[in-house]
Amino acid sequence: MSALSQVRYKVRDALRRDRTFNHTIIESDAYLQGTHSVHPNELDVSHGPVLYLEDISVSFDGFQALNNLSLYIDDGELRCIIGPNGAGKTTMMDVITGKTHPDSGQVFFGQTMDLSQMAEHDIATAGIGRKFQKPTIFPEHSVWENLELAMKTDKGVWHSLFTVLSAEQKDRIEEVIEIIGLQALYFSKADLLSHGQKQWLEIGMLLMQDPRVLLVDEPVAGMTHQEMDRTAELLTSLAGKHSVVVVEHDMDFVRSIANQVTVLHEGSVLAEGTMEEVQNNQKVIEVYLGE
Amino acid sequence: MLLNYLFPHFMHEDTGGKWLISLLIAITLLVVMFNFFIPESSALHIPTYMVTLLGKYLCLALLAIALDLVWGYCGILSLGHGAFFALGGYAMGMYLMRQIGDRGVYGNAELPDFMVFLNWHELPWYWQGFEYFSFTALMIILVPGLLAYVFGWMTFRSRVTGVYLSIMTQALTYALLLAFFRNEMGLGGNNGLTDFKDILGFSLQADGTRIILFTLSALALISGYIASRFIVQSKLGKTVVAIRDAELRTRFIGYKVEDYKLWIFVFSAMLAGIAGALYVPQVGIINPGEFSPLNSIELAIWVAIGGRGTLFGAVIGALLVNYAKTYFTGALPEFWLFALGTLFIVSTLYLPQGIVGLFSQFTNKQQKQSAKHGALQEETT
Repeated sequence: MSALSQVRYKVRDALRRDRTFNHTIIESDAYLQGTHSVHPNELDVSHGPVLYLEDISVSFDGFQALNNLSLYIDDGELRCIIGPNGAGKTTMMDVITGKTHPDSGQVFFGQTMDLSQMAEHDIATAGIGRKFQKPTIFPEHSVWENLELAMKTDKGVWHSLFTVLSAEQKDRIEEVIEIIGLQALYFSKADLLSHGQKQWLEIGMLLMQDPRVLLVDEPVAGMTHQEMDRTAELLTSLAGKHSVVVVEHDMDFVRSIANQVTVLHEGSVLAEGTMEEVQNNQKVIEVYLGE
Repeated sequence: MLLNYLFPHFMHEDTGGKWLISLLIAITLLVVMFNFFIPESSALHIPTYMVTLLGKYLCLALLAIALDLVWGYCGILSLGHGAFFALGGYAMGMYLMRQIGDRGVYGNAELPDFMVFLNWHELPWYWQGFEYFSFTALMIILVPGLLAYVFGWMTFRSRVTGVYLSIMTQALTYALLLAFFRNEMGLGGNNGLTDFKDILGFSLQADGTRIILFTLSALALISGYIASRFIVQSKLGKTVVAIRDAELRTRFIGYKVEDYKLWIFVFSAMLAGIAGALYVPQVGIINPGEFSPLNSIELAIWVAIGGRGTLFGAVIGALLVNYAKTYFTGALPEFWLFALGTLFIVSTLYLPQGIVGLFSQFTNKQQKQSAKHGALQEETT
């Protein structure tokens, strides 16, 4: 284990302690001095990580999908997660977005929001966006309407009944359409888009939500090389302002975007580090890359 | 289009709806005039029984719109929508029963005939208030709405979808059918409520009352259509379609899917209640048969044949199938169910978009051709 990752583990250990005993946060010096306060519904990333997954275990009918998984995503980082089929990548996303509840362990968004206690729509509103493995868009709606529906705004029923798009909201939609390069297709039915365009539209829908964390499941599956390059560009440009977590099988793609890579295997973290470190890791070579 | 000036902005794109409403208004006016001003001896005279029959169709068309909202737009195939229709009908029936007063067979001013017959001595608590029309009007909307709210709250929250939900709605209407058959329910048992005399002081047998009821049915259908159109073109409507097509996606962009389903389901149930309330004074009876699961399934067939997810398709389907039903049950009674079955199979096989789909296929072709022409012209210039 490299010196750097040892330091990382130590830092993480410290963070864990500080989160496990909630009362110590409240009475911390910073709080008493008024430099930052802790509100249960406000994102607090003052300690670095934006997502904390600790000792998460999930099993389905005896199959251990996640096995004491611990993972930390820093605010603004671009992290790639790789691993063979069945390593628990998608289950991990399910746990973060509230689709699956962990049997044990804790998931926190910032230091204050306990995701295991929140419903899917609350998690989405709090700032975690997710792109599915298979592009999931609204086929009967136009590109414009897809983005309109995803936009960050009051999503209550009565508000939706009477709301009308404001000029700023229209500008925002146009801005995102330009980012994802679908200007020519404003009003086409989303169903008629090509596979790659659907992938982009879904990423655009994520952007409309203005999330703090983007979870992106296999963004380049079924894309041509050109499309792949554009997607890589798009995702790297998003990091910094957002934290981006990418699950991907395509090694070339991962190499082209990632500085930090986490390898999952049988439901827990096998290795973590730069692509180079991971590739030279003996255990990783055995279970995954060597195959 | 000139018609646009007559319609609210959210209907400008809805060509089918604009035509439908214009036609409905024209037909209503013509029917009323031909019934009122043309002497009975003339061949052009429309007899009052025909007016009432048309009024009945219009109520059923409103019911079809209610189902199209939840099925065509939200993907909830409710096979128990007849229950909400019947509940609205029963609320109206209770009011009409109270209006009979001492003109019943037993001449009891307080109790309806069937209660006297069952040796009941006082009016059950849930009959209180139905002597007032305003209270009744409220109940016509509230009772179906409340049932839909409770049923929807439990099922949508537990994320019951698809065929399981359809089966549960069938069970709901069947349970109500059995309950309303019981004399102990105090709602007339298997005979239901009938022998109505008058509504708001006007005799139900009078031609004038019947024409007014017909006109009110037309108005209810038109306003129900416009309200539903407003809903489906709003962001709420788009969200509901999004839920139909990709429920998980909708949830993960931050919508509380249960709330949306519940809202549209309750609204639809209220619409069905209003349709039932207008239907009962025109047919003169409401009995537990209206809760029969078969009725609700037939309703789904009207919408499927007309065309789902268009609103006007539901109206066209309801009117056509019911007209056919009246015709066949008169001319070839034993043939009707076969005809209905055949219609359903043919429309599923060859008209997945229903009758309305035929029109839109045709107009799409025209549009494509004109678009081609446009592109050619652009190229040449």
